Amino acid sequence: MQAGKRCTVTCEISQALLHGYLDGELDPIRAEEFERHLESCSPCIAQLEEQESLRATLRAAKLYERAPAGLAKKIQRQIANTETESDYQWTWVPIFRWIAASAVIVLLMAITYFGAQRILSGKPGVEQTAMMSEVIDAHVRSLQPGHLTDVLSTDQHTVKPWFNGKLDYVPPVKDLAENGFPLLGGRLDVLDGRSVAVLVYGRRKHYISVFVWPAAPNDSPIPATGTRNGFQWNYSRAHGMEFCAISDVSATDLHDLAELLQE
Amino acid sequence: MPHQDAAFNLARWLLRSRADAEDVTQDALVRAFRFMAGFHGTDARTWLLQIVRNACYSWLEKNRRADLTTEFDETVHLQAQGQATQTPEAAAVASNERERLMRALESLPARSREVLVLRELEGCSYKEIATITSIPIGTVMSTLSRGRDGLKRLLRPAGGADAGGKEVHRDV
Repeated sequence: MQAGKRCTVTCEISQALLHGYLDGELDPIRAEEFERHLESCSPCIAQLEEQESLRATLRAAKLYERAPAGLAKKIQRQIANTETESDYQWTWVPIFRWIAASAVIVLLMAITYFGAQRILSGKPGVEQTAMMSEVIDAHVRSLQPGHLTDVLSTDQHTVKPWFNGKLDYVPPVKDLAENGFPLLGGRLDVLDGRSVAVLVYGRRKHYISVFVWPAAPNDSPIPATGTRNGFQWNYSRAHGMEFCAISDVSATDLHDLAELLQE
Repeated sequence: MPHQDAAFNLARWLLRSRADAEDVTQDALVRAFRFMAGFHGTDARTWLLQIVRNACYSWLEKNRRADLTTEFDETVHLQAQGQATQTPEAAAVASNERERLMRALESLPARSREVLVLRELEGCSYKEIATITSIPIGTVMSTLSRGRDGLKRLLRPAGGADAGGKEVHRDV
């Protein structure tokens, strides 16, 4: 009692700190302060011990009550039915339903469309898009000044040997000036992660890039013809090679060139 | 459903009934799930407990208003004990330590009870408790202090006078 009286003021502060200390919520300075106080105050020690034993009793009693086994299922079921059951959202329900229904129909159509394309081309549509994008990008980049050709020559006998040692295959190089497609040169490009030969032909004031690479055993992901961003492409296979001509010339011109290349 | 035990446990102690707790927890968690998009924080447990806690208070306001206004009152506790000792088997159960603790905890006012449950059973930090119950951290500490003292008093075996004495001593 005497000790208690002597440190009344400190004890009052300690009373406030005791629970913070017990719960480990005091900052280090306050905690140390409290511990120093404990050294000289037996009532506070007794208090702390009492609180600690109360905590131990609570822990031992295992009062935590877990959710009943069926609750999770009930919640899931209610979430599943929530649109139909909830009354304050009733005005939204039909709209959401229609949106959901339309979305499903669009999705199904998309799946059918792309699925069919996939079956026809034998490869995933994603790959097709990626590869065609690469071709278009390469062609667009080549049109920037100084990028059109690595070897500038209208002579097929200059262009063809230029590829030697740069590729592990020999691309067929033809000058088609007589047919209105003068050979302008060649360059190397990267397609689908490997180097490929590109032959550059002229058509009036336009340029045509013809990508040539050895034919893969499986079908190509590239559709035979197509248009994107104003560029046309014409894809074909001949003599164990795959050709993909791309340009801003007309589809007929590209088709003619493709035929000439395959001869 | 993550944290459903935490949600249920809090509701059970706030509502003092497993059946009511199940209903309120179910509604609250379904609502939480529906508004999941609105949750951008990192602590899902705190967020969920906040929702469940508010749902419990709304439920109490509607169904058992008295629970919210009851200040610390030992008659609730004594009444509960009186009921429990009416039959021999109930008396046996009441003698059980867990049962005694349950009744003690249940006879605390809701505000003290929730803070104690969050701290001692759920292991929440003061900061988390402050967020869940929307009270300042300082108040969390004083509420805990009051709740624990109340529990201690209720659990002291037939020592009303002793408890009173201690109380006086502390106030000096």
